Amino acid sequence: MRFLLESRKLILLAAGIYVVLKLLFNLGIVSEYIQQITIYVFIVVLAATGLNVIYGYTGQFSLGHAAFYGIGAYTSAYLVKTLGLDSVFALPATLLAGGIMAGLVACVIGIPILRLRDDFLGIATLGFGILVRVFFDNSDRISETLGGSRGFTGIAKLTSLETTFVVTVFLLIVTRNIISSRYGLFWRCIKDDETASASIGIDTTRMKLMAFSYGCFLAGVAGALYAHLYTFLHPSNFDFLKSIDFLIIVILGGMGNIAGTIWAGLIWVGFIEGLRIVLPSNILDLRWVFIPLLLIGLMMWRPYGLMSRKKGHG
Amino acid sequence: MTAMLEVERLEKRFGGVRAVDGLSFHVDKGEALGIIGPNGAGKTTVFNLITRFYTPDSGRIRFMGRTITHFPPYRLARLGIARTFQNLRLFKDLTVLENITSAHLTGHSYSPLSGIFRTRKHLRIEREARENAMMLVDFLGLGGKEQTPAGSLPYGEQRRLEMARALAIRPKLLLIDEPGAGMNPREIKDLLTTLREVKERFDLTIVMIEHQMGLVMNVSDRILVMDFGEKIMEGTPSEVRKDRRVIEAYLGEEPV
Repeated sequence: MRFLLESRKLILLAAGIYVVLKLLFNLGIVSEYIQQITIYVFIVVLAATGLNVIYGYTGQFSLGHAAFYGIGAYTSAYLVKTLGLDSVFALPATLLAGGIMAGLVACVIGIPILRLRDDFLGIATLGFGILVRVFFDNSDRISETLGGSRGFTGIAKLTSLETTFVVTVFLLIVTRNIISSRYGLFWRCIKDDETASASIGIDTTRMKLMAFSYGCFLAGVAGALYAHLYTFLHPSNFDFLKSIDFLIIVILGGMGNIAGTIWAGLIWVGFIEGLRIVLPSNILDLRWVFIPLLLIGLMMWRPYGLMSRKKGHG
Repeated sequence: MTAMLEVERLEKRFGGVRAVDGLSFHVDKGEALGIIGPNGAGKTTVFNLITRFYTPDSGRIRFMGRTITHFPPYRLARLGIARTFQNLRLFKDLTVLENITSAHLTGHSYSPLSGIFRTRKHLRIEREARENAMMLVDFLGLGGKEQTPAGSLPYGEQRRLEMARALAIRPKLLLIDEPGAGMNPREIKDLLTTLREVKERFDLTIVMIEHQMGLVMNVSDRILVMDFGEKIMEGTPSEVRKDRRVIEAYLGEEPV
């Protein structure tokens, strides 16, 4: 069990955080709303870590990450509802199914589009994201259960602090281990110079596909957790703006930096939800003015992300 | 002598330009072949065709008796063809050590699961990769720079790192594109020593493109002269030095 031994510091840290959160929840210090947001932070971090693998580590620019998050959410919700698997014990299986579905779809569309680079790949993934959104909007034509543009209702609430915590911590450790293995090294080589990578024997097509599928797998699992937290899915939860959310978190936390993504996920969700509490309701929509301004400022002063040691232009 | 690399009637056109025009040559095992020619003669294109960064329009390339014309670049690397680049292509954000271990690890595989669960095999292969990289770091005089990002090394050391990275895949054939570019005479002298040692120690066959006559004449057993995508002549360094066509096409009027 080297896996557990080598990660014992992280696991202890995670356990500590869990105990603190559990106490806060149980002592009734934080409202139900805040509890839900806290769980949501872990879900967002997990999905954003997936994008970090794809973009931050491997350099594959994706503007369609929310689509895979949505595929995971709909897959798991559909399985639970149609098969009547509404017990916490079946949850690992349906989470996995959500993740695998997202990973498989990523693999299938990745084969043609991952040969594109930078902005072209961005446009292709953007297009795919829109396609998936349209699919969700019309999903009631395939199955009434999926709900189409009215939304997918009546999903069993299975996500708790415990499940989210265990799944997220486990997958973050798995991700960290892959990143520090030869696969992570090859991904970073590809990001740096694809031609040179091929010249030393890296099968760049396969490695890019692997990073993309794995990153989307993480998004799929996160989406499945989300479905069973909020018990209601709407196509608009998985549109372009959601993809941008994940992208912002990755850039905010620093490309190729998992710890940064965790902090950035916390700050980002906290900031948006915090403004909802702080701002009076008549100027609540001004959030969407503050946030872009913040991003512009960030790009000017810390283009490598808040958590990066690098400053300025390089 | 068995031919390690055989190139037959290789052709590549870019628009109307015949960059490589029916070129044939071979390199024997253990030999060092120098390719010279004026700028734009098609030398680097030949390298890019051999390593399949360009697709040849026609012709055939054989490596150790095997036709490799249509192998993708990564497979050629795994078969034992390594190259360095004219304009340096290091992994700039990776450390010196990571640049070398990545190359070693392409030939030493373990599964993703093995990586996730840190199995014994994973640990052993990672350790071997590090040891091998440390050996190459020492051999190429990069000691003490292991954790430096490749992009912040001085130029000469970047050149040596690129060589170390190429050697880390344990190549049989090494294609070197202008190793002496931008070097002063002292550095050229060091490079010459290094190249000789590298060839000896790693039992290599070398093809080298080079403009520095002192370097290419000293390292090569045989020299191929190109102009306008064609072979003008082929011979030993002393034959090439005396040849009138070569002097006209490349060396100018002054003999070297």
